[in-house]
Amino acid sequence: MFDQDKWQEIFAALKNNKIRTFLTAFGVFWGIFMLIIMLGAGNGLSNAVFDGMKDFATNSVFMWTQPTSEPHAGFPRGRTFNFRNDDINALKNNIPEIEVIAPRLQARGGTSSTDNVVRGLKTGSFTINGDYPEWNLIDPVRINKGRFLNNFDIKQYRKVAVIGEMVYEILFEEDEDPLGEYIRINGVYFQVIGVFSPLNSNVNFGGDKAQSIYIPLTTLQRTYNYGDVIGWLAITAKDDIPASVVDQKAKDLLKRRHRVAPHDKQAISGVNLEDEFMKITGLFFGIDMLVWIVGIGTLLAGVIGISNIMLIVVKERTKEIGIQRALGATPLKIISQVLTESVFLTTIAGYFGLVLAVFLLELVNTALQANGGVNQGFLNPGVDFNVAVIALVILILAGALAGFMPAKRAVKIKPIDALRDE
Amino acid sequence: MISLKNIHKSYAMGFNVLHVIKGIDLEIKEGELVSIMGSSGSGKSTLLNILGILDNYDKGEYRLDGRLMAGLTETKAALLRNDYIGFVFQSFNLISFKNAMENVALPLYYKRIGRKKRNRIAMEYLERVGLADWAEHMPNELSGGQKQRVAIARALIAKPKIILADEPTGALDSSTSLEVMKILKDINNEGITVIIVTHEADISIMTKRIIRLKDGIIEKDFKPEMQNELAEVSA
Repeated sequence: MFDQDKWQEIFAALKNNKIRTFLTAFGVFWGIFMLIIMLGAGNGLSNAVFDGMKDFATNSVFMWTQPTSEPHAGFPRGRTFNFRNDDINALKNNIPEIEVIAPRLQARGGTSSTDNVVRGLKTGSFTINGDYPEWNLIDPVRINKGRFLNNFDIKQYRKVAVIGEMVYEILFEEDEDPLGEYIRINGVYFQVIGVFSPLNSNVNFGGDKAQSIYIPLTTLQRTYNYGDVIGWLAITAKDDIPASVVDQKAKDLLKRRHRVAPHDKQAISGVNLEDEFMKITGLFFGIDMLVWIVGIGTLLAGVIGISNIMLIVVKERTKEIGIQRALGATPLKIISQVLTESVFLTTIAGYFGLVLAVFLLELVNTALQANGGVNQGFLNPGVDFNVAVIALVILILAGALAGFMPAKRAVKIKPIDALRDE
Repeated sequence: MISLKNIHKSYAMGFNVLHVIKGIDLEIKEGELVSIMGSSGSGKSTLLNILGILDNYDKGEYRLDGRLMAGLTETKAALLRNDYIGFVFQSFNLISFKNAMENVALPLYYKRIGRKKRNRIAMEYLERVGLADWAEHMPNELSGGQKQRVAIARALIAKPKIILADEPTGALDSSTSLEVMKILKDINNEGITVIIVTHEADISIMTKRIIRLKDGIIEKDFKPEMQNELAEVSA
C-alpha cells in the first residue's frame, strides 16, 4: 500500500536540500552510468571480433609442412616434404575423433599467391583454392547462386569453379547469369557452378575470400601439376573432444607416415583455432571482469556517498525522530523510513544513470547502423536486459546497505533527546 | 494511575556517575492535575522521562495503570506511549513538513489508522483547540500559542490516559500561557490525568497538586493555596 506519510517525509527531506540531494544522487548515477557504458563498449568490441569469426568452425586445427629440424630414418635435417592425398584416408581411418577433414591446396601464379583469371576481355587476379566439399563445414560461405563443390567434382576431376562475389562483379556484367559460363584459369577453362559471399571477415587464408575461387582440389592438382600434393589440412574434432587431442594424434600419425622424427617440432606446423578462440574469449572475459570491478567500485563510491548523507540526514532529524518515537513510532517504523529513503534515492539516481547509458549506447548503435552496419571493429554495443536487471538489483541492495548504518543510528536516538531543549 | 516506589536513576558521565533520582515514592491518581517543580538539576526532566516510558530506571518499581514498566523493548514502549501518554513539549516539536491537521493526526498514523479517518478525527481535535480554520497551515505559519494548541491536540488524539507536559508554557508569553493552561485544565476536567513539569511558580499554582523536587528527592508534596486564581482563569 502506498504510504503517503512516509513519502511525504522522504520528499520533504530531499527537497529541503536540493543541491545536496542532487550531488549525492549524482555519485550513484555516475557509477551505474559508467558501468553500463563500459559494459556496452566491451560488448561492442567483442561483438565485432566474434562477428568476424562467426560460423567458422572454432574447434578446428590447421597444419602444414615445413623443413624438418632433426635427422631421422637416414634423412638429414632440413628435408622438405608434402602431405599427400592418401594422408587424408589414413587420418580418417586411424583417428576416430576427427569429425571433418578438409585438405586444401592453393594455386601459385608465379611468385604471387593469386593467379590471373580471364573471361573474354575481362581479367582479374584471384586466389585459387583447391578444396574438398568438406571445406564448407570448416569455413562456411553463403551460396548466392548455384552450388558448392561436391564429391563427384573431386572424383571426376571436374573443371568447375565456385567464385566469390567480387570475382563475379569483376568478370561478369551486372545481372548476368554466371552459371554455366566459362572462365579461364591457368589456361584451362572452368565452368562456373556457384557464386558465394563470405560469412565472416576476420578469418582469411591468403587474401579476401570474396576475391577467391574454389575449384576441386584434384582438378587443381592436375591443372597446376602438383601430382598428389596437398597444401595443408583443416581438421575439426568431434563434439566434446578438445581440438588439441585431434591436433596431437594427427601430427603423430603424419610424422610416422612421412618419416619425421617424433620430437621434431618444426616439421609439421599449425594453428589450433580452438586455442586462439579460447584466448580471445579469455581476453574478453578479462575485460568484462575489469569493467565490473571498476564499475562496481565507482558505484560503491556513490553508495558510500549516499550512506554518508543519510547519516547526516539522521543527525539533522534527531529531533523529529525523537518526536516520532515519543508519539508512538516503533523502531521498525524509523528503520523502514530511513531505508526507504536511502533505497529510493539510490534507485532513482541509478535508474536515471541506467536509462541514460542505455540511451547513449543505442544512439551509438544507430549511428553505426546508419554508417552501413559494416563491422568496423565495433559492433552492436549494448547490454543484455539481464545485465540491466542485475544492475538494478545491485542498486536496490546497495541502497539498503547504504541506509543500514544510518538506520541503526536513527534507532539509537532516544526520544529523550527530542524532549531536551538545547 | 501512576505509582512510583523508591525509583533511582543515575547517568554515567565519563568516569563519574551522576545520581539524578535518589529514591522517589509517588502516587498520582486518575484525573489529577499535578505540577512537578524544581530548579534545573533537580531531576524533574529525568522523572518526566521515566514517567513517559522514554527512559528506564535503575531501581524501584513504576506501575502505570497497574502494569509494571520494566524491561520493555523499544517497540513495546512505543506502543505503550502511543496508548497511554500524550506529550506536550516546551518547543512544541511539530513536524515542519506536515500541516497542522497532519501533525495532529500523527499518533493515529502510528496506530495504523487510515489517512482519511485520522484526518477527520484530527479536524475534530483541532476544532476543540479552536484552530479548525488553520488546519492546512504549516507550523511555520502559526504563532507560538497556536503551535502549542496544535501540539496539545496531537497529544490528545490517541485518547491517552495521561498528558505529560514538559514546560508547556516555557516559550510563550503570559497571556498565551494562560490560554494553554486553560486548555490543559479543560482536558483535566474531562478526567484525563495531566502532569505538568515547570519551574514557573505562577503556572504551578494553577494546578491542584504541586510536587517540588530538589536534588533527586521529593522535597514537598502539597496543594497550592491560591486555587482561586485558577478559578478566575477557568471562569
